[in-house]
Amino acid sequence: MALKSQPIIVNIGPQHPSTHGVFRLRVAFDGEVVQDVEPIFGYLHRGSEKLAEERTYTQIVTLTDRLDYLASMTNNQAYVLAVEKLAGIEPPERAKYVRVLIAELMRIASHLMATGFFINDIGAFATPLMYCFREREKILDMFEMCCGARITYNYMRVGGVSHDLPEEFYPALRSFMAEMPARIDEYEELLTENEILVARTKNVGVISPEKAINCSISGPVLRASGVKWDLRKADPYEVYDQMQFDIPTGAAGDCYDRYKVRIEEMRQSLRIVRQCMDRMPSGPVLARAPSLVRAPVGAEAYGHIESPKGELGFYLVSDGGISPYRCKIRSPSYINLTALRDMLLGWKLADLIVIFGSIDINMGEVDR
Amino acid sequence: MTRPWQGQDLARAISGKLPEAVAEARDNAVCVKAPALLDMARLLRDGPGLEFDYLASVTGVDYIDFFEVVYHLVSTKHNHSCIIKTRVLGRDEPVVPSIVPVWQGADLQEREVYDLLGIRFEGHPNLKRVLLWEGFPGHPLRRDFILDREKVEYPYLRG
Amino acid sequence: MDIIYNIFAILEKGIVDGLTPSLGAAVALAVMAFIKVFLVANVGLIMVMVFIYMERRVLGRFQVRIGPNRVGPGGILQPLADAVKIMIKEDIVPKAADRLIFNLAPVMVFVPVMLVFAVIPFGVGVAGGQKYYMSVADLDIGILYVLAVTSLGEIAVLMAGWSSNNKFALFGAMRAAAQLVSYEVPLVLAVVGVVIVAGSLSLTKIVEAQAVPFIFMQPLGFVIFITAVSAELNRTPFDLLEAESELVTGYHVEYSGMKFGMFYLAEYLSAFAFSAIISTLFLGGWQGPILPSYVWLLIKILFVFFVFIWVRATLPRVRIDQVMALAWKFLLPLALINIGVTAVEALLWPTFPWFLAPVNIVIGVLAVWAMAAAFRSVWEPQWKPARLAATPVGG
Repeated sequence: MALKSQPIIVNIGPQHPSTHGVFRLRVAFDGEVVQDVEPIFGYLHRGSEKLAEERTYTQIVTLTDRLDYLASMTNNQAYVLAVEKLAGIEPPERAKYVRVLIAELMRIASHLMATGFFINDIGAFATPLMYCFREREKILDMFEMCCGARITYNYMRVGGVSHDLPEEFYPALRSFMAEMPARIDEYEELLTENEILVARTKNVGVISPEKAINCSISGPVLRASGVKWDLRKADPYEVYDQMQFDIPTGAAGDCYDRYKVRIEEMRQSLRIVRQCMDRMPSGPVLARAPSLVRAPVGAEAYGHIESPKGELGFYLVSDGGISPYRCKIRSPSYINLTALRDMLLGWKLADLIVIFGSIDINMGEVDR
Repeated sequence: MTRPWQGQDLARAISGKLPEAVAEARDNAVCVKAPALLDMARLLRDGPGLEFDYLASVTGVDYIDFFEVVYHLVSTKHNHSCIIKTRVLGRDEPVVPSIVPVWQGADLQEREVYDLLGIRFEGHPNLKRVLLWEGFPGHPLRRDFILDREKVEYPYLRG
Repeated sequence: MDIIYNIFAILEKGIVDGLTPSLGAAVALAVMAFIKVFLVANVGLIMVMVFIYMERRVLGRFQVRIGPNRVGPGGILQPLADAVKIMIKEDIVPKAADRLIFNLAPVMVFVPVMLVFAVIPFGVGVAGGQKYYMSVADLDIGILYVLAVTSLGEIAVLMAGWSSNNKFALFGAMRAAAQLVSYEVPLVLAVVGVVIVAGSLSLTKIVEAQAVPFIFMQPLGFVIFITAVSAELNRTPFDLLEAESELVTGYHVEYSGMKFGMFYLAEYLSAFAFSAIISTLFLGGWQGPILPSYVWLLIKILFVFFVFIWVRATLPRVRIDQVMALAWKFLLPLALINIGVTAVEALLWPTFPWFLAPVNIVIGVLAVWAMAAAFRSVWEPQWKPARLAATPVGG
């Protein structure tokens, strides 16, 4: 006798504790097994690309803050790099070092948040989250010393950064650097060998390297699949070509490897910060560029960086005026979602949340 | 450093296999005729010495007389990049072949270009509006888009 | 001095003896029973408030933060504020919910837990040469009664999830049906070992048989029992029935107001009840030097609850198929091994002398280690996603 059964269709989100923002997932379940997945987003779409066509190049920096609002500094960096490519402005040496230092601190903060919430989704009830946030608070305090804000920094400018690092920044940075390596080891000790974590994340949500490259996935997700592709080494910008650091890669491409890659990247970021601290030259932090930046008619540039979530790129087209003719934002979270359906089919509800958390997306970036 | 291909060099490399594909070879990009886009994509992905396996970005630009779709491609093997462009003349019903069969990463990006600019991608497996909802009047990123607030319907407020 | 130790016994004897002449023995006993029930119910509810407070503060300290500290000195009145808030909230019933079952479920969750308190011996006292146990009813089938009554709460969870007419609630209810029923089996089998050693089902006799506390005499049973109790209480690592990050509180997602308060209360009340059961069965109940008996039981209960909070703060959540595998493939064989070993010892040394304690500890450690090694090949089931022909998400 054939049983007639229907898959049960559940809406996860847009209001849900684990969707990292307003994200909706329509899932067809057969019991607990995922049959089909349809992501629906656009709840946070604010038309940043259209707004950018009405604002001057400097004003757009505030728009870029709000893309990946948890890693605003790197958004700023990607954008100002693209404008500098477009208009041919060269920032001074000190500005480059400051930018790299700030970007790596931002990477640590973003990875702390990603790891904390990833473990929270697995169910460890906020304890690792609180530990990660303890360090993130220190980084945010340092950023507040530089530019006065904790989330939307608006710190970088076309041609450099807006303010130099203040006096109280250096002791704070030194004390942070002194205790951070021990803290990362503490997280590893708590989490990496944990039976339950391993059982929940090993071999879960695997994506092969060929598929990852074909789906244009970038960032820690790509590196966890074994592809050694990091824009800081492949296409160095600022002063990354003078820095010594490694690119951690994973072997299996599962959620566990993504978690490990993020932890290792935090360690490498600490190395880069230390080298920046040692080598920072003195000098101005903002190039003498006109405040109303103009670029030649018909010029176009694609500036990209390795943001904590992947490859963040800006494609700018200029018509000779004070605003870009077209500003396209290539956001890593949006494009990393291309493979979501393939990664989720066949798994259970509990794994769905874990896999989704391991991709580490940010809805501000997905929807722009 | 990722080495960007010069337009002329790339045009030369392509014309060997696909002679009529190239419309124009500029300094940094190659303009391709729309119908030949899919074959061109396959050649770029699989061709020896080219092997652009990573599609970095798909962008649509509205240049009032025509629409332009810009593809940024990167090869993780050889660490070089190139830029491909296609143009669609006219503003009603612009159609471009979809390259999703070649690079699956174009899936969501082409949907976004369709959503915001109105360019249809032929052969796309699931061409639906992604950031805005079905039923939104018009395509906002077009240069001549004016929001008519009376016409905008919010589906969640219905009934 | 003696008065403090035996205060409750003296009061009991006094009330019964005082009322018997005027009302008759039966009525006097009935009045005494009513007073006991009243006291126990209130103690239970007050301890729930203590537990709620303790959980939030201790969890906060584990998470490098202070818990609630605004309401009252040191946050002591926080549970009171929670209770008032829950009581004054609007009671929303979903339009399409099955009203009778929806309203009945919170009651059915709460009542069985309250019934457990009838048999827990809170202490002992001597008055007038007679020994009085501080329990409402000293049943001869004590622990059997407890296990039977706590099983009633499981159907209520299913009722709550089904009648809410909400898919997330249904998920929670289905998981609950699987998990709660599965963990009943190791729970009961772990108790069997204790019963063999003590020779009786009555809780008071079990406590009195603990010259050596059964945590040492039955270490394997203790480990199995505390794991099964974690699962029965829906505490992490087994709290996937109300996994916030997945099911948004699972089967009680549609409840608000006092009905939710009932679920909340029942959760902590059963934590209290099971902590008391664990203290009684394994930690020696009210026995202990210097302090009065009821104080010792309280200390042990708080300690057991502290261990539960500790585990909650540390471990992440397990997946449902891993939970089931753990119950049936790991705990059940261990429980059977435990019963086997205990039965052999009962035949050879019926009085269970003290040297059996280290023997049992060694056997327990070996058994767990061997099972874990064997289980690892089963535990990591290499869950491969099924290659399914995707049915389109229509609708």
